[in-house]
Amino acid sequence: MLQLLQLIVSGAAIGCIYALLALGFVLIYKATETVNFAQGDLMMVGGFIGLAVMTVIGLPFWLAFLVTVVAMALVGMGIERLVLRPLLGQPAFTVVMMTIGIGYLARGLVTMIPYWGTETHTLPVPFKDEVIWIGGEGGKTGGLVISVEHLVIILATVALVALLYVFFRYTKLGIAMQATSQNQLAAFYMGIPVRRVNMLIWGLSAAICGVAGLLLAPITFVHANMGFVGLKAFPAAVVGGFGSIPGALVGGLIIGIVESLAGFYLPEGFKDIAAYVVVLVMLVVKPNGLFGDNLTKKV
Amino acid sequence: MHFIFKTRYEQDIALFKHGGQNFWYAALALALVAAPWLLSEYTLSQVTFIGIYAIVCLGLMLLAGFTGQISLGHAGFLAMGAYTEAYLQGMGWPFMISLPMAALVAGITGIMIGLPALRVKGMYLSIATLAFGFILEEVVVRAEHITGGNAGRQLGALTIAGVNFDDGANFYYLVTGIAVLCVLGVLNLLRSPTGRAFVAIRDSEVSAQSMGINLAHYKTVAFALSAALAGIAGALYAHKIRFITPDQFGFLQSIELLMMVVIGGLGSIQGAIFGPAFWFVVQQVIVVGKDWLPPALGQQTGLQPTIFGIILIAIVLFEPMGLYGRWLKFRTFLEIFPFYRKGMFKRQKSYMKSERMK
Amino acid sequence: MTAPMLEAVNLSVQFGGLRAVNDVSFGVWPNEVFSLIGPNGAGKTTIFNLISALYRPTSGEVRFEGEVISRMPPHVVARHGIARTFQNIELFEHATVLQNLLVGRHCHRHTGWWQDMLFTGSVRRAELEFRRQVEEVIEFLDLQHYRDSMVVGLPYGVRKVVELARALSMRPRLLLLDEPSSGLNTEETEDMGFWIEDIKHDLGITVIMVEHDMGLVSRVSDRVLALNLGEVLTLGTPQEVQAHPGVIEAYLGGVDDV
Repeated sequence: MLQLLQLIVSGAAIGCIYALLALGFVLIYKATETVNFAQGDLMMVGGFIGLAVMTVIGLPFWLAFLVTVVAMALVGMGIERLVLRPLLGQPAFTVVMMTIGIGYLARGLVTMIPYWGTETHTLPVPFKDEVIWIGGEGGKTGGLVISVEHLVIILATVALVALLYVFFRYTKLGIAMQATSQNQLAAFYMGIPVRRVNMLIWGLSAAICGVAGLLLAPITFVHANMGFVGLKAFPAAVVGGFGSIPGALVGGLIIGIVESLAGFYLPEGFKDIAAYVVVLVMLVVKPNGLFGDNLTKKV
Repeated sequence: MHFIFKTRYEQDIALFKHGGQNFWYAALALALVAAPWLLSEYTLSQVTFIGIYAIVCLGLMLLAGFTGQISLGHAGFLAMGAYTEAYLQGMGWPFMISLPMAALVAGITGIMIGLPALRVKGMYLSIATLAFGFILEEVVVRAEHITGGNAGRQLGALTIAGVNFDDGANFYYLVTGIAVLCVLGVLNLLRSPTGRAFVAIRDSEVSAQSMGINLAHYKTVAFALSAALAGIAGALYAHKIRFITPDQFGFLQSIELLMMVVIGGLGSIQGAIFGPAFWFVVQQVIVVGKDWLPPALGQQTGLQPTIFGIILIAIVLFEPMGLYGRWLKFRTFLEIFPFYRKGMFKRQKSYMKSERMK
Repeated sequence: MTAPMLEAVNLSVQFGGLRAVNDVSFGVWPNEVFSLIGPNGAGKTTIFNLISALYRPTSGEVRFEGEVISRMPPHVVARHGIARTFQNIELFEHATVLQNLLVGRHCHRHTGWWQDMLFTGSVRRAELEFRRQVEEVIEFLDLQHYRDSMVVGLPYGVRKVVELARALSMRPRLLLLDEPSSGLNTEETEDMGFWIEDIKHDLGITVIMVEHDMGLVSRVSDRVLALNLGEVLTLGTPQEVQAHPGVIEAYLGGVDDV
């Protein structure tokens, strides 16, 4: 029982990362109806920026965190402005191909950095390798072991989601973003500068990726192929229903926990594909996900 | 620009539309036959690779460019073909039987992967194919008694009817011959009802159904054929490389295949050949050119992905019809010189049609 | 009197809480032009989608020549000889007009994909025959000029005709036209009227049409069904329907609303 709880907690922590990335997908998908295949690679870029700021410039973690988030927001907005805005009005696949190209390029560019991009790095976070014991005798035997890294991920995700909720619910910009995602044309007629809002959404999404990257870095280290983890956010987004923000969170948690359980209870190899098996089952059973919209085309 | 005065309906279904085309394709055929005498051993081996990749890209083009079903797991089909060939050759089956078997096994896998396509479409389908790709890769790793797992699997020398086809000119002819047959098969499909049904599904599923097209059937056929072509290419690839490991057929490979198709020009058969050809030429240019670059740039592993990433982004931004589109423009420019105008190929922007009900 | 060609029996469909079509019954006789009219949201296009089986009715059924078609998959319904056009034109945009029309012959194909791949003699013969049949439609609708043009570059009015041509290429027995005159100018609407008459008289095809242009409706229709909010208001000749107080109220609003 304790074992199960332990697995669920560590699964939930990884699930939070998937949830954050899925949240990034969903934001962009809802606003522009395109799927960003570069999400994982943006997370990788975020990890590297954080690493650079901490080791090269030598800022403390929390400051580096802030710098990374701002830098990622700029990267996201830059991508939208430079290569995605010219594609406005093109078929969805064109845009998807563009995001694939961005991801591919990002991986290439990072590995271009001499002696650095191809290595695996440890992010010197203050909470590395610490654990908290809950219950058990004397706080040392038995009981639940939670690594601080996992705890930070979960708490940070909760905080970020709360922040986003407030943002979308109460700020003018947040409401404008919601309006844009529901109907671009109508939003435009109501005086919302749709293109600028789209740019901000890309910035927001990339910033979330940056956060995910920094949170994940203590667990998986920072390396150029870190972005492949980001691919598991697709299953998360699909399970939750592609257009749904709460869905992305629930989906991420489900994928993370299933993966963690599969890694323990099933033979070797199942852990890596658990997310994909879940998504295939979901697509066959309930293609619209848990919280998804109806996707039938109107004629 | 050729204005053909049509007098018979046959002219519209002819593979070669006019004398000029006959001439150029005959010249191409001649060049392909003469290649082993004209090219160095290394170049010939690269051309053989282009032939193999052209076969996969042809399949992917059929699926993505003509049926509108984007596959992000195509390397999985390649793997199915490669490992089937490796296994059957190991069992002592002759190539003439093992190659169709490789196509068949990959084709059946294609049908399985196509099953979600009957329920979901668009991005959901891409994600389903991506998921299948990862699962297939893992299956290949785990099925050690067949595939050799992560340690890889060695292939024996290829002999057909006593003739040694191991690399060099003979293998080149084998690949080229199969590639030409595949191209002809796909061309035939596209000028017949099946090909039109594919295009109909790509452009509007709703009206395709209302025209009596069975979506499930044609999507399955498209996936099966596309996968079978990848299977054939996989078998040839296995013989070319002679040592196959699961990581050759990973997600990155799927992405690169898709990139080749897009760079070549989505929705054109020529694009399926231009794409891989361009890819290998640029690869060679990079190999030669990196010695000229300062070591801080030239000796980095990221050089190649960076260049291909930039090329892809540039193509998507500036030449959505890919290299084939560029070639069309250039040809038209020559043919009607000096009357070419800039806007002749301008695309009409069709604003995003929402697929959402709300 | 023969049996109706197409029969809707107590047809209802519900989307979530919305009853888009509520207990609608009507019959369409062979070789008549039958129009559905009504204000926006009356359920006209929904009825079309029910006939071509894109939607499933919540209750009730659609019968075509005595057979229940509302439980069949859409492509099977098409093979029974029912063709349609769409309100917002659903052509195959990145194909030529000719290819679009040839897709219309799809239900009449007899070859499989393996034969197509080899382009066998039977495929070649069938292709030439399809081409000959499509050419008749091209001539009928005066599309010779656009034969090899890509649909994506064509003006709206021409696309509308191409879509009609594509439906006719199927050689249907029943043709569903969803707002054939929307987006057309007066002249083009006039032509459309002539073609609908010709389709009825020369080709002997039964037509059901959704239309807002009352001029066109009264010119070509034999009978008109007026709908409002998913329910039948009245059924009769164009004159009867136009004079019906319920129809006037639905379009112009009742006395209370003024």
